[in-house]
Amino acid sequence: MRIAVIDESASRASIIEEGLSEMPESEIFVLTQRHGLLAQLDAIGPDIVLIDLGNPSRDVLEEYFAVSRALSRPIAMFVDESDDDAIAASIDAGVSAYVVDGLAANRIRPLLDLAIKRFNAFARLQADLAEAKGKLAEREAVDRAKRILMQSKGVTEPEAYGELRRKAMSTNRRIAEIAEAVVTAHELLGPTGEAK
Amino acid sequence: MTEELTIGFLPLVDACLPILAHEHGFAEEEGLALRFQRDVSWASVLDRLLYGHTDAAHLIAPLAIATTLGRGRPAQPLATPFVLGLNGNAVTFSTELAGKVAEPGRLADPVALGGALAEEAQARKRVGRPLRFGVVHRYSSHNYMLRYWLAASGIRPDEDVEIVTVAPPFVADAMAAGEIDGACVGEPWNSTAVSRGVGVIVLATAQIWRRGVEKVLAFRAPVLEARREAAEKLIRAMRKAGEHFIDPGNWDTNAAILARPEYIGADPALILAAISDRLILTGDSAPVHYPDFMFQHREAANFPWVSQAEWLYTQLVRWDRLPFLPADAEAAARVFRPDVYRSALAGTGDLLPGASSKVEGSLAQLTAVTAQQGAMVLSANTFFDGRSFDPDDLQGYIASFA
Repeated sequence: MRIAVIDESASRASIIEEGLSEMPESEIFVLTQRHGLLAQLDAIGPDIVLIDLGNPSRDVLEEYFAVSRALSRPIAMFVDESDDDAIAASIDAGVSAYVVDGLAANRIRPLLDLAIKRFNAFARLQADLAEAKGKLAEREAVDRAKRILMQSKGVTEPEAYGELRRKAMSTNRRIAEIAEAVVTAHELLGPTGEAK
Repeated sequence: MTEELTIGFLPLVDACLPILAHEHGFAEEEGLALRFQRDVSWASVLDRLLYGHTDAAHLIAPLAIATTLGRGRPAQPLATPFVLGLNGNAVTFSTELAGKVAEPGRLADPVALGGALAEEAQARKRVGRPLRFGVVHRYSSHNYMLRYWLAASGIRPDEDVEIVTVAPPFVADAMAAGEIDGACVGEPWNSTAVSRGVGVIVLATAQIWRRGVEKVLAFRAPVLEARREAAEKLIRAMRKAGEHFIDPGNWDTNAAILARPEYIGADPALILAAISDRLILTGDSAPVHYPDFMFQHREAANFPWVSQAEWLYTQLVRWDRLPFLPADAEAAARVFRPDVYRSALAGTGDLLPGASSKVEGSLAQLTAVTAQQGAMVLSANTFFDGRSFDPDDLQGYIASFA
């Protein structure tokens, strides 16, 4: 089976490629460039094409599948009605699959399942990364807020943190939110605008 | 109780009405909360609609018909109770082609330009490098408008020139790389090609069909039934958004909102130009004012005329080279739902047409038409070649193109 993976994110493409390499008797082709996409597909002659939902070339690809006479066998979106759940799951994961006419569903399903797993794994990685970045930014805000309080009120670091925490508890907000408010107020009021 | 609807859209200026209904609180006033799902291809907008990620979508009108008729994927009936706007697209030629056949800096006369283009198309075909035009999707009004104009100018779209799909954000790139000689696309993508110095705007699609149906708000037909109340709230909120949208006093504010990265993510100046019907046609010219370049509100522009759906069906038959089937024609006509539009706006004082269908392209001047209440006037809705479309004779109309 010849599988083409079209993805402008090279890191996601490599994660998918690695996952699909488990498939027996399969050759995987990764296409990350928009330019010359259709010519590359012509040369590959894939049995299955996977493309992420966020790829702006999808309409171009569907048009090509609909009218191209270059491919010997027509390609259609994978919409065998008995496998509607699989499509719903793939759309949820953010990937769409196109297969050549006549390819048996029992060959497609395991591949699609693998692709979905890999897409979901990548999405989780991204979410973890975003969360880690967010936490880092929060910690920086708390550190800055502590320094502002220490300078303007002449308190120690544990006391400054204690004040942030008390305010957070009494207003039912997160410490990071209070810290951001302190930093913003400090930026607006400037170094002379100390809290009275 | 507040109801929630998620709406899919592509970053284009004519996604404005649901966005502004949300941003200006018109949806909230109706007790409706809107969420948005931005995508970058119509295929993904459609997938998310069909698989329930979204409740409704900003969609190219012909794609709603094609999906209902099962073109390209298994048939799923869609329903559109609201037209998001008429026209708003333009034809842009590469600087080289425009220099040969047009007069850069002014909108061309579509008949004269079509004639000049026909000669160039034959010349290019003879040397084995046929002219190639980009459209945003095969089932788009852009494709149908461009083909209508070319064919009426004596240029056979699939034999004399090539028409290919190009994603709107890449139109300028494709023109710069010489991959296409022209394109029919919505704003701000024509202006983007102009500001990059690779293209020249030569026609507004409103010059091809003065009142051409463009994007629609589409639901899956069963979802429209299940969420009927929310859909009617949305229709009322979008009518208010339309009133706000066409008021020149709000243009700057609205351009700034639409320009935000979560919506269109483009230069607010280009968006302002489109919503004020002003186009910079070439890199060094002053903006040209073309009235009703976009038409989002007046004259019941949002009313889903059944005759518009039927016109789109005739073009689908024409360009997909399908046989005319009465069952298909009926299914296509049912996609447009004037009954839902009327029911949503009854009693609001908004003008509601008395009929659900009209002869398209028959009005050459201001014409009073029957409304359910009050007086209603429609202005010219002509096709550039003077032809008109009578929805009572679809077969005759299709045959007239053969």
